[in-house]
This record gives sequence, structure tokens and C-alpha cells, in this order.
Amino acid sequence: MRSIRNLFQVRLEGESPIAAGRTLAQDRPQGRNVYIYLPIAELSVNIFLLLGLGIGVGMLSGIFGVGGGFLMTPLLIFLGISPPIAVGTEANQILASSVSGVIAHWRRGNVDFKMGGVLLIGGIIGSTFGVWLFRELRDLGQVDLVIRLSYVVFLGTIGFLMLVESLRALQRSRRPGGARRKLHQHNWLHGLPFKMRFRKSKLYISALLPLTIGVLVGVLSAIMGVGGGFVMVPAMIYLLGMPTNVVVGTSLFQIIFVTANATFWQASMNQTVDFVLAFLLLAGAVIGAQIGTVVGSKLKGEQLRGLLALIVLAVCAKIGFDLVMTPDDLYNIGFTGGH
Amino acid sequence: MMIRLLTRIALIVLLTTMGRTTLADALVADLSEHLVKIDLGFTGKQVLLYGAIEGEGNVVVVVQGPREPITMRRKARVAGVWANDASVTFNDAISFYQVMASAELDEWLPFALRERHQIGVEYLDFSPREEIGPAEKADFQTALIRSKQKLGHYGMLEGRVSVLGGRLFRTEIFFPANVPTGIYNLEAFLVRNGEMISAQKTPLYVAKSGIEAEIFNLAHNFPEIYGILAILIAVAAGLAANAGALRR
Repeated sequence: MRSIRNLFQVRLEGESPIAAGRTLAQDRPQGRNVYIYLPIAELSVNIFLLLGLGIGVGMLSGIFGVGGGFLMTPLLIFLGISPPIAVGTEANQILASSVSGVIAHWRRGNVDFKMGGVLLIGGIIGSTFGVWLFRELRDLGQVDLVIRLSYVVFLGTIGFLMLVESLRALQRSRRPGGARRKLHQHNWLHGLPFKMRFRKSKLYISALLPLTIGVLVGVLSAIMGVGGGFVMVPAMIYLLGMPTNVVVGTSLFQIIFVTANATFWQASMNQTVDFVLAFLLLAGAVIGAQIGTVVGSKLKGEQLRGLLALIVLAVCAKIGFDLVMTPDDLYNIGFTGGH
Repeated sequence: MMIRLLTRIALIVLLTTMGRTTLADALVADLSEHLVKIDLGFTGKQVLLYGAIEGEGNVVVVVQGPREPITMRRKARVAGVWANDASVTFNDAISFYQVMASAELDEWLPFALRERHQIGVEYLDFSPREEIGPAEKADFQTALIRSKQKLGHYGMLEGRVSVLGGRLFRTEIFFPANVPTGIYNLEAFLVRNGEMISAQKTPLYVAKSGIEAEIFNLAHNFPEIYGILAILIAVAAGLAANAGALRR
């Protein structure tokens, strides 16, 4: 970790002694064209580090079929990019990877456009509100805390649920003939007004339900710098009762619009989108995803989910640990983006 | 008559300015470049400050960056986690400050001179926007200095000005990759027997240039256009990635 950190020109908090000015001159990299100065993040980074990061997270998303934003944003933050810029830039990168991902699902007819449409109306409301909230929190100096807390809560919950689920599945696969789950249960959520028919999803439910989910995921997407697939997919399966074959395609479809909206507002309200950074990460992610898909097809579903759960929990633990640990310096310079 | 008067005035002016320049000429200094360009390949920049001195003495160089408001925040434990709590904004805090000297300051530079010319971080003035007590101000001020030192923005390098044969001097000033942009003021002083003999100021510009500047200006001056451009680039990249993946 330390060697990776040293690839960054910017001294990280508590990383170097007071004599940083003294050592910086000697630490200057020799091959200067390996480094790129990110215009918005305003720091000089090794290009191969960014490509490698993209490949790594791209591989994971290829293996597990997830967007990877929930891993990329914390990794960018760990590496010293300021949280607001990590979040804004990730929205931009996820937009690109969702566009690329949705096409395959669309060809196979796995996108429920009507459901996606209702979700994205909610998503646009939510992400616009989210970016506004983000700005308010930044002015209060609390945005870092809220980003980190959201990660701990969501990664912790999702990771735990996935781990339990995959352990159960592993047990079940050992004992054949386990109980079959009902397609979907009926509860009070099905009594809400404004019912709509979603043919592709074979559902007749209140439009308020996907709308609310859209709003909530939109807020998360704006604050955490994620597509929200890791919340959206379980919500579609367990809350809406959508058939699993259309879940991923529909989620990707609406993520395109939500992240495009978040990108626009993050750029125009907060100036926190660095498209040079987004482009480099994306270039790596494209390659990584190709490798990941091949690797993923050789592993079992339950093992995959268990593994992903462990990665998610590890990231969650690291962020949680940083929040609880007494920092080296209680004082810090506030984020001065936008100047 | 008129012409003679004018010549006399001109002569007086010339003589007085000559006299003054002789005094100032006890030290002359210049920079290897007056513009530090931040482009896509920027990893920091070393600028050479060199010059000549007349007679004995020690040289100290002070580099001052542009002033800007800086907000310092202090963390406190809230329900188990560390959260930003109190904050103080210093209105015209100096964004970059380096001192380079030919020998250890304590040996030759009187405190009165340091204070008058703001040589050393302890002599910089910081004015908080908020009404706070002196103890609180001191805490936040030292924290600001500490943070800036960690960033490589504040520093003191004693013995880093080399004087050759008591005539020439040179020092290298390093501007790290995270250097703030704006107009810098570089000042070289010649001190002899505890007295300021001569001083010279020279400006330096640190600016983004090329595509770097274009992107930054677009993002800050036309953020809506930048946002739409970011979306278009991402969509195009996504489509291209998909096309590439299909071909294989």
C-alpha cells in the first residue's frame, strides 16, 4: 500500500514528516511522461497506476457483474484524491461503463423500458437532490464524513446479506432438494395506489414503489459516487419482485440516466468531475472487464457471491476503521474546490 | 537658461538614482524563468534563483505565493467517529511560503529583521474571519502551518543558498506538483553584520497552460458545457468500448 501511495506526488495526510519540502525535490520521478497532471483533481498521478486501478476494478466487475463504483470511489479516496472529486468523477465513469454494458442486455431483450422509465424519473429527482445535498454538506465541512458513513452502512449491510445468502446457498447445494422460494410474496406494498402494468417484468404494481426506490438510489448515487446497482438489484428482486433476467439490464438502463444527471450537476454545481481521470480509469476498466468475464465463467455462482461479499466487507471495515481511529492530526485544511 | 535648468535637474535625478542603485546593486538577482507552466505532464518544477553580491554577507531568499482564504477544520469524536467540528477561516493566508538561506539563520539574522521582513513562518500574519480567542487562534494557526508543511507548501531550508567566492550566489526553488497557481513574489536579501544591506524583489507566475488550462477554465467558467461534454465523452467511450468488445 505504501509503495502505491508513493506513486502519488501529493503527500497524504500524516504520511510525510515536516521536512516534506526537503524530500520532494529528491523524490521527483525520473520518467516524467509516466505522470499525468489531472486538471480538476489538481495533482500529478502515475498513468499506469490509474490504468491498473481501472483494470483491477474492471476485472472484479467482469467477474461479479457489478458496476464497481462502490469499490473504485473508496480506492480513489484511499489513494489521496479528495472525496468530492472521487465521487463526481466516478459518476462520469459509471455512465460510460453502463452505456457499454446495457447494449448487450438490450440486444437480448432484457431491458424493461417501462419499469426503467419510472425508476429513472425517481432517479433523476433523487440524484439532483443528492448533488444539492452534497454541496450543502461540503459547505458545512461534513461531506467526507457523510460519504464514508454511507459506505460503512451500505457496504456493511449488503456485504453481510450477501455473505449469509451465499453461505446458505452453499449449504443447500450440499443438501439436494431444498425448499423452493415463491416467485414473489404479496404484502402491503401491493395495496398502494397508481397501479401500473409492467409487461416485461410480469408485474402489476403501484408506480410509487419503483419511483421511491429510484429517488433513494438516486440520492445514494450522487453522494457515494456509485451507480447504485448493488442497492437497486436487490430492491428490484426482493421489493418489486421482478424476474431476475430483466433486473440487470433494467438497472443498467436507468443507471445511465441517473449518472448522466449526477455528472451534469456535479460538474455545474460543484466542479468536481475530472474527465481526464474518468477516461483513464475507464480505459483500464474496459480491458479488466474482458478478463473478468472469462475468469468469472469458470467460478461457481455461490463462491462468486461469497467472494464479493468478503471484498465488500473488507472495504467497509477499512473505511469504518479510519473513521474510528484517532487521526494523526486532528486539524485539516478544508476542501477548497471551485476556488 | 531653461535647457540648463533641465539638464541640471536631470543630472541631479540621475545622480540620486545612481546612488540608490549602487546601494541596491550590492545584490542583484534573477530567475532562470519567470513562468512555471502546469501542463499535463507537470510533476513539479525546479527554478534557479541566482545573482551576485558585493562584499561579504549572508543571503536569504523568501518565496511568497498568492494569498487566499484557507479554512482549517478540527475533528472531534462524535458518537464514536471522528467528525469535523470547529472551523476557522483565515482570510488572506499565504498559499505558498519558502525560506532559503546561505547558513543557519540563528547565526546571523537578528529577530528584529526577521519580523520586519517576515522571514520564518512564525512571523507571518494570519487574520481569522471569525472572532476567536488568542489561544484558539494560535492552535488553528499552527495547525495551518503544519498542514502546509506536510503539503510541501511551507518550508525553511537553511544552507541551501550557495555563495561562491563571496561574489555569486544561487539557490534552487522547488515548486511541487500541487503548487497553487498565481503570482509569486521572490525576494533576496543581503545581510551583513546584522544589518540589511540590500534587497531585490522579482515576480514569478505559476499558471496552468495548454490543454490543462483549457480543461480547467472550461470546468470553472462554463461548468454546464463541461458537464455536457463529460457526458458525451463518457457515452462515446462506452459505445466505443462495446464496439471493441464485440469485434473480438
